[in-house]
Amino acid sequence: MTSFTSETNVSYDNDRPRALRSWKVEDLTLLLGTAFSALALNWIFYTALTTATGATGFVVTWTLLFYTFYYLANRIELGPQAASDRLWTAFTWSAALLLLAPLITILLYVIVKGLPGLTKDFFTQDLSATGTLDTGGGASAAIVGTLEQVAIAVFISVPLGVLTAVYLNEVRGKFRRPVRMFVDAMSGIPSIVAGLFIYAVWIVAFGHGFSGFAASLSLSILMLPTICRTSEEVLRLVPGGLREGSLALGATRWKTVRQVVLPTAASGLVTAVVLGVARAVGETAPLIMTAFGSTALNRNPFSGAQDSLPLFVYRLITNPFPAQQQRAWTGALVLVIVVLILFTAARWLGARASGQKR
Amino acid sequence: MTSLNTDINELVDPAPAGGLTAKDVSCWFGERKVLERVSLEMRPRTVTALIGPSGCGKSTFLRTLNRMHELIPGAQLGGQVLLDGEDIYNPEVRATETRRRIGMVFQKPNPFPAMSIRENVLSGLKLSGLKADDPDSIVEKALTRAGLWKEVSDRLDSAGGALSGGQQQRLCIARSLAVEPEVLLMDEPCSALDPTSTLRIEDTIAEISDRVTVVIVTHNMQQAQRVSQQCAFFLAAENKPGHIVEAGPTSTIFTRPSDPRTEDYVNGRFG
Ligand SMILES: Nc1ncnc2c1ncn2[C@@H]1O[C@H](COP(=O)(O)OP(=O)(O)O)[C@@H](O)[C@H]1O
Ligand SMILES: [Mg+2]
Repeated sequence: MTSFTSETNVSYDNDRPRALRSWKVEDLTLLLGTAFSALALNWIFYTALTTATGATGFVVTWTLLFYTFYYLANRIELGPQAASDRLWTAFTWSAALLLLAPLITILLYVIVKGLPGLTKDFFTQDLSATGTLDTGGGASAAIVGTLEQVAIAVFISVPLGVLTAVYLNEVRGKFRRPVRMFVDAMSGIPSIVAGLFIYAVWIVAFGHGFSGFAASLSLSILMLPTICRTSEEVLRLVPGGLREGSLALGATRWKTVRQVVLPTAASGLVTAVVLGVARAVGETAPLIMTAFGSTALNRNPFSGAQDSLPLFVYRLITNPFPAQQQRAWTGALVLVIVVLILFTAARWLGARASGQKR
Repeated sequence: MTSLNTDINELVDPAPAGGLTAKDVSCWFGERKVLERVSLEMRPRTVTALIGPSGCGKSTFLRTLNRMHELIPGAQLGGQVLLDGEDIYNPEVRATETRRRIGMVFQKPNPFPAMSIRENVLSGLKLSGLKADDPDSIVEKALTRAGLWKEVSDRLDSAGGALSGGQQQRLCIARSLAVEPEVLLMDEPCSALDPTSTLRIEDTIAEISDRVTVVIVTHNMQQAQRVSQQCAFFLAAENKPGHIVEAGPTSTIFTRPSDPRTEDYVNGRFG
């Protein structure tokens, strides 16, 4: 007993958090050592023993060898239990890396290809006076077009989508089932069909001509189901007790929705909007027959053909001249940056909306 | 016999604000009848406790008193509920106005998570469309009466959800009191709380009952005895709708009940 007490005193007299899962140097050595020996053996395999070639095969066999070595080494050091635990950890890490690899590769590729064309002019000039062989010019027409079209689409589809979600989850009206069915069916509409629909109705039948607004309409069709269904899920997470509490204070149903349910769900609703925007911002097909595309800057989304970043990229990358292809890559890079900025802003807004009072 | 007494009382004291009378209240969920002809007098500025085993319809009855019952799809009701002599189910009376006059505190504390403590207290005013002339004094008064002012006066702008369970429940009481209801209904307000918080809430009930009529559902016999002056014992036989077995002064119900089932229940022999 006494020895126990004295031991406790010796080991724990520092009042600070104890490291519970520390990585020891040996663990790291084991990991790197097995990875390296797997690499070495694999290399001998590929160069000396067989005539196999190809990077993909090399990585696959290396990975498999690594798993084997890592498991065996851990088994010798720590026993079968810990070894299989380590092996599964390695598997999950590999899966995560595998998932990240395409994303990172795409990002790096777009950055490398697009960066040389990323100048100040790219944001301030259009292509109206630039020939196919000229350098210079920029994507201002496309950037302005994309921002305006997506903004108008958000303006149309967010109120509609959220109100429909409120109808589905808060009002619980008679037409819940058919409405939900329509929304589900809408989410299956191919984007080119949404574009064709707006083309046939708004542009041909109503005779409005190409415009950024027509593009916004077709994008709204695509965003609406995403925003609506996500919002509905988010509203469903608001506890019923809050609604009862509000009603018991003498609130009407509408006030309950506006002042209690929607603010409580704010961060989730921001996510819903982000998912909707994500669906729309990179769409190309429906824009071909609605915004049509243009080399000249058109600030007015309500009249005349307008450009957009996806259209810009699509038009120029199919062009054989290097200057045009360079612009296409830079356009793609700007599109990625725009998406990243939108997402970061939305996340930040969402965190603020919910984190502030929690 | 009790009704005669109250009639005389009402003659003596012409407008006792906050008197609530249930007359032959029956309730259904769809086809199923869960309450049968419940009549009860809840006197103004008095604490009435509703006791009885689980599932005998106490919550359902409480929810008919401020028209929360009808919010459940398929719920129906018969009979009358009179607030100061006026039927609250009269088609000319708005349900929202009734609910403002008859507040409710729930079993699970439900402060609004998107609002600060201060906003929570003022939420009732905002939600029922009332104007606050002096919001600061309303907040202080409501929190003081709910026994929470000292604990939170220095952090009114922090989240209501960050309080302890007992504090959250007192915040909900303050929120209800801020709209100056005549009646406050409480459905097992302490069943999710620890003993210390429970005692704080009981103090709060004693404190507010000089201004509002309180109707409280409780499973705790000691609590019923500590906080209430009047008491009603509910019971439901197997697959039968619930009804009131006996109602009267709390001391009578607990010491000289006239029905043997009441005696068994208050002495903990069933339920
Ligand atoms: N929303 C509901 N739908 C259908 N039946 C219900 C609902 N709420 C309560 N009941 C039924 O009504 C009866 C009374 O319930 P309740 O009033 O909650 O009892 P208590 O509060 O006394 O425990 C119970 O049999 C319960 O199953
Ligand atoms: Mg109950």
